[in-house]
Amino acid sequence: MTSEDIIKNGSVVYSRPRLLNERNTHYCPGCSHGVVHRILAELLDEMGLEDKAIGVAPVGCAVFAYNYIDVDWIEAAHGRAPAVATAANRLNPENVVFTYQGDGDLAAIGTAETIHAANRGENIVMIFINNAIYGMTGGQMAPTTLLGQKTATSPYGRRADINGFPIKMSDILAQLDGTCYVTRQAVHTPAAVRKAKKALRTAFENAIAKRGTSVVEFVSTCNSGWKLSPAKANEWMAANMFEKYPLGDLKSI
Amino acid sequence: MAKIRGAVIIDQQRCKGCDLCVVACPTDVLQLQPKEVNDRGYHFAYTANPDACIGCASCAMVCPDACFTVYKITTE
Ligand SMILES: Cc1ncc(C[n+]2csc(CCOP(=O)(O)OP(=O)(O)O)c2C)c(N)n1
Ligand code: SF4
Ligand code: SF4
Ligand code: SF4
Ligand SMILES: [Mg+2]
Repeated sequence: MTSEDIIKNGSVVYSRPRLLNERNTHYCPGCSHGVVHRILAELLDEMGLEDKAIGVAPVGCAVFAYNYIDVDWIEAAHGRAPAVATAANRLNPENVVFTYQGDGDLAAIGTAETIHAANRGENIVMIFINNAIYGMTGGQMAPTTLLGQKTATSPYGRRADINGFPIKMSDILAQLDGTCYVTRQAVHTPAAVRKAKKALRTAFENAIAKRGTSVVEFVSTCNSGWKLSPAKANEWMAANMFEKYPLGDLKSI
Repeated sequence: MAKIRGAVIIDQQRCKGCDLCVVACPTDVLQLQPKEVNDRGYHFAYTANPDACIGCASCAMVCPDACFTVYKITTE
Protein backbone atom coordinates (compact mmCIF):
# COMPACT_ATOMS: atom_id res chain seq x y z
CA MET A 1 0.00 0.00 0.00
CA THR A 2 1.44 3.36 -1.00
CA SER A 3 1.15 6.64 0.90
CA GLU A 4 -1.33 7.78 -1.75
CA ASP A 5 -3.58 4.78 -0.96
CA ILE A 6 -3.41 5.51 2.75
CA ILE A 7 -4.25 9.17 2.19
CA LYS A 8 -7.14 8.19 -0.08
CA ASN A 9 -8.60 5.37 2.02
CA GLY A 10 -7.38 6.02 5.55
CA SER A 11 -8.77 8.28 8.22
CA VAL A 12 -7.40 11.70 9.12
CA VAL A 13 -5.87 11.54 12.59
CA TYR A 14 -4.49 15.08 12.61
CA SER A 15 -4.94 18.21 10.53
CA ARG A 16 -4.12 21.88 10.87
CA PRO A 17 -6.50 23.47 13.38
CA ARG A 18 -9.35 25.40 11.81
CA LEU A 19 -8.82 28.41 14.07
CA LEU A 20 -5.22 28.96 12.97
CA ASN A 21 -5.23 31.63 10.30
CA GLU A 22 -3.61 30.94 6.95
CA ARG A 23 -0.81 33.44 7.41
CA ASN A 24 2.64 32.24 8.41
CA THR A 25 3.80 33.17 11.88
CA HIS A 26 6.80 35.45 12.36
CA TYR A 27 8.25 33.13 15.01
CA CYS A 28 11.72 31.72 14.55
CA PRO A 29 11.86 28.11 13.31
CA GLY A 30 11.19 25.71 16.19
CA CYS A 31 9.95 28.33 18.68
CA SER A 32 7.74 27.05 21.52
CA HIS A 33 5.32 29.91 20.90
CA GLY A 34 4.22 28.18 17.69
CA VAL A 35 3.44 24.89 19.41
CA VAL A 36 1.47 26.61 22.18
CA HIS A 37 -0.47 28.64 19.59
CA ARG A 38 -1.29 25.42 17.78
CA ILE A 39 -2.70 23.56 20.80
CA LEU A 40 -4.51 26.68 21.94
CA ALA A 41 -6.21 26.96 18.54
CA GLU A 42 -7.13 23.26 18.63
CA LEU A 43 -8.55 23.55 22.12
CA LEU A 44 -10.58 26.72 21.57
CA ASP A 45 -12.24 24.98 18.64
CA GLU A 46 -12.80 21.69 20.48
CA MET A 47 -14.37 23.57 23.40
CA GLY A 48 -16.63 25.59 21.10
CA LEU A 49 -15.09 28.88 22.22
CA GLU A 50 -14.60 30.41 18.79
CA ASP A 51 -17.14 33.15 19.45
CA LYS A 52 -16.69 33.34 23.21
CA ALA A 53 -12.96 33.56 23.76
CA ILE A 54 -11.21 36.89 24.14
CA GLY A 55 -7.42 36.75 24.15
CA VAL A 56 -5.22 39.49 25.51
CA ALA A 57 -1.91 39.64 23.65
CA PRO A 58 1.31 40.81 25.31
CA VAL A 59 4.31 42.81 24.27
CA GLY A 60 7.02 40.32 23.46
CA CYS A 61 7.43 37.89 20.60
CA ALA A 62 3.74 36.99 20.88
CA VAL A 63 2.71 40.59 20.23
CA PHE A 64 1.04 39.51 16.98
CA ALA A 65 -0.79 36.53 18.49
CA TYR A 66 -4.05 38.16 17.38
CA ASN A 67 -2.99 37.66 13.77
CA TYR A 68 -2.73 33.92 14.15
CA ILE A 69 -5.66 32.56 16.15
CA ASP A 70 -9.10 33.43 14.84
CA VAL A 71 -10.86 34.59 18.01
CA ASP A 72 -11.32 38.09 19.42
CA TRP A 73 -8.20 39.71 20.84
CA ILE A 74 -7.15 42.86 22.62
CA GLU A 75 -3.54 44.05 22.53
CA ALA A 76 -2.34 45.22 25.93
CA ALA A 77 0.54 47.52 26.83
CA HIS A 78 3.62 45.68 28.09
CA GLY A 79 2.75 43.69 31.23
CA ARG A 80 -0.81 44.95 31.47
CA ALA A 81 -2.61 41.97 29.97
CA PRO A 82 -4.08 40.75 33.30
CA ALA A 83 -5.52 44.23 33.99
CA VAL A 84 -7.02 44.41 30.50
CA ALA A 85 -8.33 40.86 30.91
CA THR A 86 -9.92 41.85 34.21
CA ALA A 87 -11.92 44.58 32.52
CA ALA A 88 -12.83 42.41 29.54
CA ASN A 89 -14.06 39.63 31.80
CA ARG A 90 -15.95 41.82 34.27
CA LEU A 91 -17.73 43.68 31.49
CA ASN A 92 -18.42 40.50 29.51
CA PRO A 93 -18.87 37.75 32.07
CA GLU A 94 -20.39 35.47 29.42
CA ASN A 95 -17.11 35.51 27.50
CA VAL A 96 -14.01 33.47 28.31
CA VAL A 97 -10.93 35.62 28.72
CA PHE A 98 -7.31 34.58 28.62
CA THR A 99 -3.95 36.33 28.59
CA TYR A 100 -0.91 35.12 26.70
CA GLN A 101 2.34 36.48 28.16
CA GLY A 102 6.08 35.97 28.17
CA ASP A 103 8.30 36.06 31.24
CA GLY A 104 9.37 39.64 30.59
CA ASP A 105 5.74 40.64 30.29
CA LEU A 106 4.27 38.57 33.15
CA ALA A 107 7.21 38.39 35.56
CA ALA A 108 9.04 41.70 35.07
CA ILE A 109 7.18 44.79 33.92
CA GLY A 110 3.78 43.22 34.65
CA THR A 111 4.50 41.61 38.02
CA ALA A 112 2.02 43.81 39.86
CA GLU A 113 -0.79 43.23 37.36
CA THR A 114 -0.14 39.50 37.37
CA ILE A 115 -0.13 39.13 41.13
CA HIS A 116 -3.11 41.36 41.80
CA ALA A 117 -5.31 39.86 39.07
CA ALA A 118 -4.54 36.41 40.50
CA ASN A 119 -5.05 37.63 44.03
CA ARG A 120 -8.44 39.05 43.10
CA GLY A 121 -9.28 35.65 41.67
CA GLU A 122 -10.30 37.06 38.30
CA ASN A 123 -11.99 34.31 36.27
CA ILE A 124 -9.35 34.30 33.58
CA VAL A 125 -6.70 31.98 32.18
CA MET A 126 -3.12 33.21 32.20
CA ILE A 127 -0.90 31.49 29.66
CA PHE A 128 2.70 32.10 30.66
CA ILE A 129 5.50 31.38 28.18
CA ASN A 130 8.62 31.11 30.31
CA ASN A 131 11.60 30.95 27.98
CA ALA A 132 13.93 32.55 30.55
CA ILE A 133 14.82 35.45 28.27
CA TYR A 134 13.49 38.55 26.52
CA GLY A 135 13.17 36.95 23.09
CA MET A 136 11.69 39.85 21.15
CA THR A 137 14.23 42.49 22.04
CA GLY A 138 17.30 40.38 21.32
CA GLY A 139 17.86 37.98 24.18
CA GLN A 140 18.33 40.06 27.32
CA MET A 141 18.24 38.57 30.82
CA ALA A 142 14.77 38.06 32.29
CA PRO A 143 13.77 37.61 35.94
CA THR A 144 13.38 33.91 35.09
CA THR A 145 16.88 33.54 33.56
CA LEU A 146 18.76 30.73 35.31
CA LEU A 147 21.84 31.35 37.42
CA GLY A 148 24.86 31.03 35.16
CA GLN A 149 22.76 31.43 32.01
CA LYS A 150 24.38 33.62 29.38
CA THR A 151 22.26 36.32 27.77
CA ALA A 152 22.97 39.59 25.97
CA THR A 153 22.91 41.42 29.31
CA SER A 154 24.55 38.66 31.36
CA PRO A 155 27.34 37.69 28.95
CA TYR A 156 29.31 35.89 31.67
CA GLY A 157 26.22 34.19 33.05
CA ARG A 158 23.60 35.41 35.53
CA ARG A 159 25.06 36.05 38.99
CA ALA A 160 22.96 36.01 42.14
CA ASP A 161 25.02 38.75 43.79
CA ILE A 162 24.43 41.22 40.95
CA ASN A 163 21.24 40.00 39.28
CA GLY A 164 19.29 38.23 42.02
CA PHE A 165 17.69 34.84 41.65
CA PRO A 166 15.42 33.29 39.02
CA ILE A 167 11.85 34.00 40.06
CA LYS A 168 9.36 31.15 40.30
CA MET A 169 6.19 32.99 39.38
CA SER A 170 3.92 29.96 39.38
CA ASP A 171 4.98 29.10 42.93
CA ILE A 172 4.16 32.63 44.04
CA LEU A 173 0.81 32.60 42.24
CA ALA A 174 -0.09 29.19 43.68
CA GLN A 175 0.10 30.69 47.16
CA LEU A 176 -2.60 33.25 46.43
CA ASP A 177 -6.14 32.42 47.46
CA GLY A 178 -7.46 33.78 44.16
CA THR A 179 -5.90 31.05 42.04
CA CYS A 180 -7.71 27.74 41.59
CA TYR A 181 -5.29 26.03 39.25
CA VAL A 182 -1.58 26.56 38.68
CA THR A 183 0.38 24.16 36.52
CA ARG A 184 3.73 23.98 34.77
CA GLN A 185 3.93 22.28 31.40
CA ALA A 186 6.23 22.03 28.38
CA VAL A 187 5.84 21.26 24.67
CA HIS A 188 9.17 19.64 23.82
CA THR A 189 7.90 16.08 23.15
CA PRO A 190 4.66 14.65 21.71
CA ALA A 191 3.70 13.31 25.17
CA ALA A 192 4.38 16.66 26.83
CA VAL A 193 2.29 18.44 24.19
CA ARG A 194 -0.70 16.14 24.78
CA LYS A 195 -0.42 16.64 28.53
CA ALA A 196 -0.07 20.40 28.19
CA LYS A 197 -3.21 20.58 26.10
CA LYS A 198 -5.14 18.73 28.81
CA ALA A 199 -3.86 21.24 31.37
CA LEU A 200 -4.99 24.11 29.15
CA ARG A 201 -8.42 22.51 28.91
CA THR A 202 -8.68 22.34 32.72
CA ALA A 203 -7.76 26.02 32.90
CA PHE A 204 -10.46 27.03 30.40
CA GLU A 205 -13.03 24.85 32.17
CA ASN A 206 -12.20 26.71 35.39
CA ALA A 207 -12.68 30.06 33.68
CA ILE A 208 -16.05 28.97 32.30
CA ALA A 209 -17.11 27.69 35.74
CA LYS A 210 -15.80 30.92 37.34
CA ARG A 211 -13.62 29.15 39.85
CA GLY A 212 -10.92 31.85 39.95
CA THR A 213 -7.63 32.43 38.18
CA SER A 214 -5.89 29.59 36.34
CA VAL A 215 -2.23 29.83 35.42
CA VAL A 216 -0.66 27.57 32.82
CA GLU A 217 3.10 28.10 32.68
CA PHE A 218 4.87 26.65 29.67
CA VAL A 219 8.55 26.14 30.30
CA SER A 220 9.66 27.08 26.80
CA THR A 221 12.60 27.53 24.50
CA CYS A 222 13.88 30.62 22.73
CA ASN A 223 16.39 28.92 20.48
CA SER A 224 17.42 32.22 18.85
CA GLY A 225 18.06 33.94 22.17
CA TRP A 226 19.77 30.88 23.57
CA LYS A 227 21.83 30.52 20.38
CA LEU A 228 21.04 26.84 19.98
CA SER A 229 19.28 24.82 17.30
CA PRO A 230 15.60 24.13 18.11
CA ALA A 231 16.33 20.47 18.96
CA LYS A 232 19.34 21.40 21.13
CA ALA A 233 17.26 24.10 22.83
CA ASN A 234 14.71 21.46 23.82
CA GLU A 235 17.52 19.32 25.21
CA TRP A 236 18.99 22.26 27.11
CA MET A 237 15.58 23.09 28.54
CA ALA A 238 15.02 19.54 29.78
CA ALA A 239 18.53 19.36 31.24
CA ASN A 240 18.57 22.78 32.91
CA MET A 241 15.18 24.48 33.17
CA PHE A 242 13.16 21.62 34.62
CA GLU A 243 15.31 21.47 37.72
CA LYS A 244 14.40 25.04 38.64
CA TYR A 245 10.94 24.92 37.07
CA PRO A 246 9.68 21.37 37.62
CA LEU A 247 6.71 20.28 35.53
CA GLY A 248 3.38 19.31 37.03
CA ASP A 249 0.45 20.81 38.91
CA LEU A 250 1.35 23.22 41.71
CA LYS A 251 -2.26 23.73 42.75
CA SER A 252 -5.56 22.26 41.68
CA ILE A 253 -8.76 22.83 43.64
CA MET B 1 -2.52 -9.87 11.48
CA ALA B 2 -3.86 -6.35 11.43
CA LYS B 3 -1.20 -3.79 10.72
CA ILE B 4 -1.32 -0.05 11.20
CA ARG B 5 0.03 2.06 8.38
CA GLY B 6 0.27 5.82 8.24
CA ALA B 7 1.00 8.64 5.84
CA VAL B 8 1.61 12.34 6.22
CA ILE B 9 1.21 15.38 4.03
CA ILE B 10 3.58 18.23 4.88
CA ASP B 11 2.83 21.83 3.96
CA GLN B 12 6.30 22.37 2.59
CA GLN B 13 5.82 26.05 1.83
CA ARG B 14 4.83 26.70 5.43
CA CYS B 15 7.65 24.56 6.88
CA LYS B 16 10.53 26.44 8.51
CA GLY B 17 12.92 23.50 8.54
CA CYS B 18 13.21 23.49 12.32
CA ASP B 19 13.93 19.74 12.41
CA LEU B 20 11.70 19.09 15.45
CA CYS B 21 9.46 16.65 13.56
CA VAL B 22 12.52 14.78 12.29
CA VAL B 23 13.70 14.33 15.89
CA ALA B 24 10.22 13.36 17.14
CA CYS B 25 9.39 10.69 14.53
CA PRO B 26 9.88 7.27 16.13
CA THR B 27 10.36 5.46 12.81
CA ASP B 28 12.71 7.86 10.98
CA VAL B 29 10.27 8.75 8.25
CA LEU B 30 11.23 12.40 8.02
CA GLN B 31 14.29 14.34 6.89
CA LEU B 32 15.05 17.92 5.93
CA GLN B 33 15.85 18.58 2.29
CA PRO B 34 19.65 18.82 2.23
CA LYS B 35 19.84 21.24 -0.71
CA GLU B 36 16.41 22.29 -1.90
CA VAL B 37 14.66 25.21 -0.16
CA ASN B 38 11.07 26.50 -0.21
CA ASP B 39 10.00 30.01 -1.26
CA ARG B 40 11.08 31.43 2.08
CA GLY B 41 14.50 29.81 1.97
CA TYR B 42 13.95 26.97 4.43
CA HIS B 43 15.24 23.42 4.00
CA PHE B 44 11.78 21.90 4.37
CA ALA B 45 10.88 18.52 5.79
CA TYR B 46 9.95 15.64 3.51
CA THR B 47 9.10 11.94 3.87
CA ALA B 48 12.41 10.25 3.11
CA ASN B 49 11.10 6.87 4.25
CA PRO B 50 7.30 7.03 3.83
CA ASP B 51 6.69 3.27 4.13
CA ALA B 52 7.82 3.35 7.77
CA CYS B 53 5.06 5.76 8.84
CA ILE B 54 2.71 4.42 11.51
CA GLY B 55 0.41 7.45 11.65
CA CYS B 56 1.27 8.25 15.27
CA ALA B 57 1.13 12.04 14.73
CA SER B 58 4.21 12.68 16.86
CA CYS B 59 5.48 14.93 14.09
CA ALA B 60 2.24 16.90 14.13
CA MET B 61 2.36 17.26 17.93
CA VAL B 62 5.72 19.03 17.97
CA CYS B 63 5.44 21.06 14.74
CA PRO B 64 5.29 24.76 15.69
CA ASP B 65 3.86 25.67 12.32
CA ALA B 66 1.05 23.14 12.02
CA CYS B 67 2.37 21.78 8.73
CA PHE B 68 1.10 18.22 9.09
CA THR B 69 -1.93 16.27 8.02
CA VAL B 70 -1.69 12.70 9.30
CA TYR B 71 -3.58 9.68 7.94
CA LYS B 72 -3.89 6.20 9.31
CA ILE B 73 -5.26 2.89 8.09
CA THR B 74 -5.49 -0.62 9.51
CA THR B 75 -4.67 -3.33 7.00
CA GLU B 76 -5.02 -7.10 7.17
C1 LIG C 1 6.89 49.82 28.26
C2 LIG C 1 7.85 48.99 27.50
N1 LIG C 1 9.04 48.67 28.04
C3 LIG C 1 9.93 47.91 27.36
C4 LIG C 1 9.63 47.45 26.12
C5 LIG C 1 10.64 46.61 25.36
N2 LIG C 1 10.27 45.21 25.33
C6 LIG C 1 9.58 44.68 24.30
S1 LIG C 1 9.31 43.04 24.47
C7 LIG C 1 10.15 43.03 25.95
C8 LIG C 1 10.34 41.76 26.71
C9 LIG C 1 9.84 40.54 26.02
O1 LIG C 1 10.17 39.40 26.71
P1 LIG C 1 9.09 38.33 27.10
O2 LIG C 1 7.92 38.94 27.74
O3 LIG C 1 9.80 37.28 27.91
O4 LIG C 1 8.59 37.75 25.71
P2 LIG C 1 9.34 36.81 24.66
O5 LIG C 1 9.70 37.71 23.53
O6 LIG C 1 10.51 36.18 25.31
O7 LIG C 1 8.28 35.82 24.29
C10 LIG C 1 10.62 44.29 26.27
C11 LIG C 1 11.40 44.58 27.49
C12 LIG C 1 8.37 47.81 25.56
N3 LIG C 1 7.99 47.37 24.35
N4 LIG C 1 7.50 48.56 26.28
S1 SF4 D 1 13.22 35.29 19.50
FE1 SF4 D 1 12.93 33.45 20.75
S2 SF4 D 1 10.83 33.61 21.59
FE2 SF4 D 1 11.01 35.05 19.87
S3 SF4 D 1 10.26 33.94 18.07
FE3 SF4 D 1 12.49 33.68 18.13
S4 SF4 D 1 12.81 31.78 19.27
FE4 SF4 D 1 10.71 32.43 19.67
S1 SF4 E 1 2.92 10.11 11.87
FE1 SF4 E 1 4.46 9.21 13.28
S2 SF4 E 1 5.55 7.75 12.02
FE2 SF4 E 1 4.44 9.04 10.58
S3 SF4 E 1 5.91 10.67 10.04
FE3 SF4 E 1 4.73 11.43 11.77
S4 SF4 E 1 5.95 10.90 13.58
FE4 SF4 E 1 6.72 9.64 11.87
S1 SF4 F 1 8.35 20.54 12.68
FE1 SF4 F 1 7.10 21.59 11.13
S2 SF4 F 1 8.23 23.47 10.64
FE2 SF4 F 1 9.64 22.11 11.73
S3 SF4 F 1 10.72 20.99 10.09
FE3 SF4 F 1 8.97 19.74 10.70
S4 SF4 F 1 7.32 20.34 9.28
FE4 SF4 F 1 8.89 21.91 9.17
MG1 LIG G 1 10.59 35.48 27.31
